[in-house]
Amino acid sequence: MDMIHNLALGFGVAFTLQNLAYAFFGSVLGTLIGVLPGLGPVATIAMLLPSIYSLDATPALIMLAGIYYGAQYGGSTTSILINVPGESSSVVTCIDGYQMARQGRAGAALAAAGLGSFFAGCVGTVIIAAFAPPLTELAFKFGPAEYFSLMVLGLIGAVVLASGSLIKAIAMILLGLLLGQINTDVISGVPRYSFDIPELTDGIGFVGIAMGVFGFGEIIANLGMPAERREVFTKNVKGLWPTRQDFRNAWPAVIRGTAVGSLLGVLPGGGALLASFAAYTVEKKMPAKAGELPFGKGNIRGVAGPESANNAGAQTSFIPMLTLGIPPNAVMALMVGAMTIKGIQPGPQVMTSNPELFWGLIASMWVGNAMLVVLNLPLIGIWIKLLTVPYRFLFPAIIVFCGVGLYTLSNSAFDVYIGAGFAVVGYLFYKLSCEPAPLLLGYILGPMMEENLRRALLLSRGDWGTFVLRPLSAGLLIAAALMIVVVMLPTIRNKRESVFVEEL
Amino acid sequence: MKIKSQRDFWSGLMFVVVGLAFAWGATNYNFGQSARPGPGYFPFGLGVLLAILGAIVLFKALTIETADGDPIGTFAWKPLLYIVGTVALFGWALPHLGMFIALPVLVVVAALAGNEFHWGEALLNAAILTAGSWVIFIWGLNLTIPLKPWFMGG
Repeated sequence: MDMIHNLALGFGVAFTLQNLAYAFFGSVLGTLIGVLPGLGPVATIAMLLPSIYSLDATPALIMLAGIYYGAQYGGSTTSILINVPGESSSVVTCIDGYQMARQGRAGAALAAAGLGSFFAGCVGTVIIAAFAPPLTELAFKFGPAEYFSLMVLGLIGAVVLASGSLIKAIAMILLGLLLGQINTDVISGVPRYSFDIPELTDGIGFVGIAMGVFGFGEIIANLGMPAERREVFTKNVKGLWPTRQDFRNAWPAVIRGTAVGSLLGVLPGGGALLASFAAYTVEKKMPAKAGELPFGKGNIRGVAGPESANNAGAQTSFIPMLTLGIPPNAVMALMVGAMTIKGIQPGPQVMTSNPELFWGLIASMWVGNAMLVVLNLPLIGIWIKLLTVPYRFLFPAIIVFCGVGLYTLSNSAFDVYIGAGFAVVGYLFYKLSCEPAPLLLGYILGPMMEENLRRALLLSRGDWGTFVLRPLSAGLLIAAALMIVVVMLPTIRNKRESVFVEEL
Repeated sequence: MKIKSQRDFWSGLMFVVVGLAFAWGATNYNFGQSARPGPGYFPFGLGVLLAILGAIVLFKALTIETADGDPIGTFAWKPLLYIVGTVALFGWALPHLGMFIALPVLVVVAALAGNEFHWGEALLNAAILTAGSWVIFIWGLNLTIPLKPWFMGG
């Protein structure tokens, strides 16, 4: 009954005119950037962070959330129509979606992706509403030692499940944690690594890092690549409605994708990207029905499964962020940053101290998903037109938004220079194939981690054993260690590389 | 000794240098004891850990064969310099010259970074983006951004 009461409160908040407007705006913007290759949710949310200063916390977070799940809808459009994933989470959708488009069945593929995503979004919302309260209760039992161990687990999980070199990813986390040390020490009040620059005593500011690395850095990387020729299957989009046979084939994939996505979204390091890869693998393993097209040749299950999964994963990745204050991926790290900007300390207390925000955000996700189906399916023609906008018009616009946004952070040029500096750093990471997302996670969690570590050590009078002697903390650390060990096993390692090989 | 993976070699080196730099910097702050950790405690540990991981990456880059040596490839100097330069220039110009000058300059210089540049297009884009920014940031969000150069009382 509690859940119904809570959801009623949430829908009351979500259905105010203002919040509906922001959910709509977020969803539209999400679809837009999902459709545009080369502009992802991380850069977009970073760009919008300065503008939320003038908003209340609830509409601000509703809008930012809309961008994330809206991007999952939009990302499938480009995958299907031009074989270029608009989002990394739609990479696998290209494989079968593009083939369907070439066979003149782009409409069916788009509908399968859209309706599957909507179903997954509905389920994801219910899952958050059901699981957030008990997890929050659990989190209240956590002391500083448990929190520290939980963050270790979260950070390790975030890189274990990602692609690329594990050691480099862990090193990037540490680099992020260290960048987070450029601040004024909360306990002693000593400024650290500030080189007597007054602006640095408040920290570098994660908006500058995010925009520099994910905004400017990516633009430089994109411009460094030769321009590609794109073939757009726009004329073939007719007959949007899938056939009965399509429905019969697609719905089990939608349900499986939703289940896989919901599960992987909650895990540290999970979210939309991992969910879509896993769902595609699951679909491939399922026995094919008679008369079904093989995978890679335009099987509708190869679209419905991953697209449902990435949306489910995008939704459920809010669970660790909302209940524990621990972001499982870079987008959630920015959401944590947005909450901090609005003066809300992320963590288990959000649910009790800001119930309108908490349940309003959850309810708005359902509302946003409903809007997205309407936005995406009938209006598909408009989104396709956007694809014809050349990148040379787009990237100056991104720079303008980032530049103005950085300046307005504190009305000073300092943050703009930080952004410019991290543009160089971001491009360097790109050239050295160092994933920047773990760095952002580390940067966000750094100060929290240090505070909990030092408090735990104070409480235990300097005994490091406290982390392994307290059962809950020990369990979390063992889980983190197991994750590393399992990934290091040769058979798993090879598999992990092959799963992500299509991404490269 | 031959470098087997260029990318890993340089990233390993980067981790070692940055880790040691942070650890060395941490020695300026009170380390404290484990029972009462000071401001230098956490960054020192992290810096050392990063340097160790960097050393492992370096070691692997020198010992484990890769198919093609993982070359870093050529740097895209032109976009790098133009984009970083224009952003830094914008940071200086916005408070001094105001948005109506800084923003079009930013758009045009940024456009020079691309493979294809046409004056007409760049100027049109600059006009649209400046007008759009005014609508969004000044009129819509009510942000205080200098509009005109300092000598015009902006």
